Amino acid sequence: MSRFNDTNLAIAGDIIARYPRPKSALIPLLHLAQEQDGHVTDEAMRQIAELVGVTPAEVLGTGSFYEMFRFERTGRYLINICGTMSCALMGARELMLAAERALGVHAGGTTDDGMFTLHQAECQAACTEAPCLQVNYRYRFKMTPDGVEKLIDDLRAGRLDDEIPPHGTLARVRQHIPADRAVGAVDPDDVDGPPPWIPVSVDGAGS
Amino acid sequence: MTTYDWAPGFVAGDRPRIVTSRFEFEDSHTIERYLATGGYAGLRVALGRPAPEVHEEVRSSTLLGRGGAGFPAGVKWGLTPEGVYPRYLVVNGDESEPGTYKDRLLMERDPHQLIEGCLIACYAAGLSRCFLYIRGEMALAQERVATALNEAYETGYVGRNILGSDFSVDIVLHWGAGAYVVGEETALIESLEGNRGMPRLKPPFFPAAIGLYGKPTIVNNVETLANLPWIATNGAEAYTAIGTESSPGTRMVAVSGHVKRPGVFEIINGTTTFRDLLYGEEFCGGIRDDNDLKAFVPGGGSAPWFLPDQLDLPFEGRLVGAAGSMLGSGAIMVMDSTTDIPAAALTLTRFYAHESCGKCVPCREGGTWLMRILERVVEGQGTTDDLELLLEVGGSICPGSMPHAASSDLGLEAVPFPYRMTTICFVGPSAYVPVHSALTLFRSEFEERVAASRSRTRIPVTAVGGEQ
Repeated sequence: MSRFNDTNLAIAGDIIARYPRPKSALIPLLHLAQEQDGHVTDEAMRQIAELVGVTPAEVLGTGSFYEMFRFERTGRYLINICGTMSCALMGARELMLAAERALGVHAGGTTDDGMFTLHQAECQAACTEAPCLQVNYRYRFKMTPDGVEKLIDDLRAGRLDDEIPPHGTLARVRQHIPADRAVGAVDPDDVDGPPPWIPVSVDGAGS
Repeated sequence: MTTYDWAPGFVAGDRPRIVTSRFEFEDSHTIERYLATGGYAGLRVALGRPAPEVHEEVRSSTLLGRGGAGFPAGVKWGLTPEGVYPRYLVVNGDESEPGTYKDRLLMERDPHQLIEGCLIACYAAGLSRCFLYIRGEMALAQERVATALNEAYETGYVGRNILGSDFSVDIVLHWGAGAYVVGEETALIESLEGNRGMPRLKPPFFPAAIGLYGKPTIVNNVETLANLPWIATNGAEAYTAIGTESSPGTRMVAVSGHVKRPGVFEIINGTTTFRDLLYGEEFCGGIRDDNDLKAFVPGGGSAPWFLPDQLDLPFEGRLVGAAGSMLGSGAIMVMDSTTDIPAAALTLTRFYAHESCGKCVPCREGGTWLMRILERVVEGQGTTDDLELLLEVGGSICPGSMPHAASSDLGLEAVPFPYRMTTICFVGPSAYVPVHSALTLFRSEFEERVAASRSRTRIPVTAVGGEQ
């Protein structure tokens, strides 16, 4: 499956409607596609192009700029080990070596069983808790090489399924804007004059 | 000092708390707790006054932007061209500067405070739609902010006719997908328009004049906005009573690396010194294993390095600038006497080389060259010429003199911030800054490294990938 299923197509419609111009929904829709399929497929990019009114090449052009989008089969668990300064000072290299040993792949590789993809990542904004890593963007702080091995065992055995959804799922809570509360998105060229709470000055323009 | 299991990294102390006042509650992210602790009171105060008055209040608070540049928020709001609408608010929650994290904590622990800050900004500056851009890798922050927004819509704090007034604004949660450069405000706008996150050339046009969809757009950092509910409730005068005249209020600072107790602290702005932060008992309590301090990065990975000579400087933008560095995003990374300086510099240069968007040649090529030359020096295959080559390549990104700290040991005088640059944004210079700081302040370590090199044969540098 790589086109959006009915549920996700409805979600995609909601997301697009929040932006004054549909192309702004491009990155959120790529996330949605990745959540559905585990990575971004060609077919998904074609459909996103139709939905936001650009060419499939533009979707790939934008998507390929961003680190998080994966265009090939990716492990159920993407392990990102931080290698930037604070983590490097506190032993990130040992974490990577432990993970490579435990998984039998080098950084950048995916295990044959499709369970794990291992990556060296850049600063994850948890520098006081160094060295740290993320599994599908869920943190593990102050990790040790032994801790990495145990983590991989736990993931393999499904013991962390409640906490860590499969790769592609970011927030498990979606924003929901109730129709009766929404202001709604307006094309910027259709807006004329200040919003109602801004006092109109003498020359008729808002301050 | 107190820590909380639910806020790893954060350390509370006996200091004024403006943005972290609810961190002591495990449920600080819920609307129930928020309302029970004075939440949305600032919004009510603001809505009771004409918008220009609220703007003026924020202007007179001298609230400085917390994203890195330190530009006063109230002044920024005033840069929109008169009479041009719609105007947008874009919240920069794409925190990714090495060493920095405070926006993530503020989003995870107190999302309603951020939402209230967004609403006050929109009201005061006449911004009719808000996009809250959260870094893609921060799954928990996204969940917390999404939940809080859903609660705020249900209870009438966000959306149409807020609290029965004529003030109506949607806040749209938007998430990034992994690109450091998107923290630059024009790149953030490009990303929000569905494009590759490449910075736009500025000047002449700043986002406040021509931003999202070509319309006036205010881009504010998460921490900046998180201060607004307090300022709206307590007034600018109470805010400026804390901190110093040029740097009022409080500030979030993360200290990481080789200290005994790394942590994120809300400190009084402008008065706390680096020595307090690194050695003070209420802060990090000294260098690990009681080692000597070798160097520290005072303001995120982009900042020129400081030495023990600079420990008594306060955490204040102008003084730190004059001393040769910057406060940036409020992140200190500490290196003790055991640190391999060339290797430490490489971790940062690699970061910025990796994060170059590729738009400006000096950054795209120069950053990668710096990384590859430094790599071979670190790996014991460099030559003495490589050290000059590093400075030469860096000089093509930052021509002229580079800021650096004073060193009593080396008899060096400080060269004040900033540098000149041949690139649109700061990513390129930031790849050179750690190289320049390390080479200027610790040249002997590089010389020892190349003297002991295994191979005297120069390995060619390839600009993009390729065999070495």
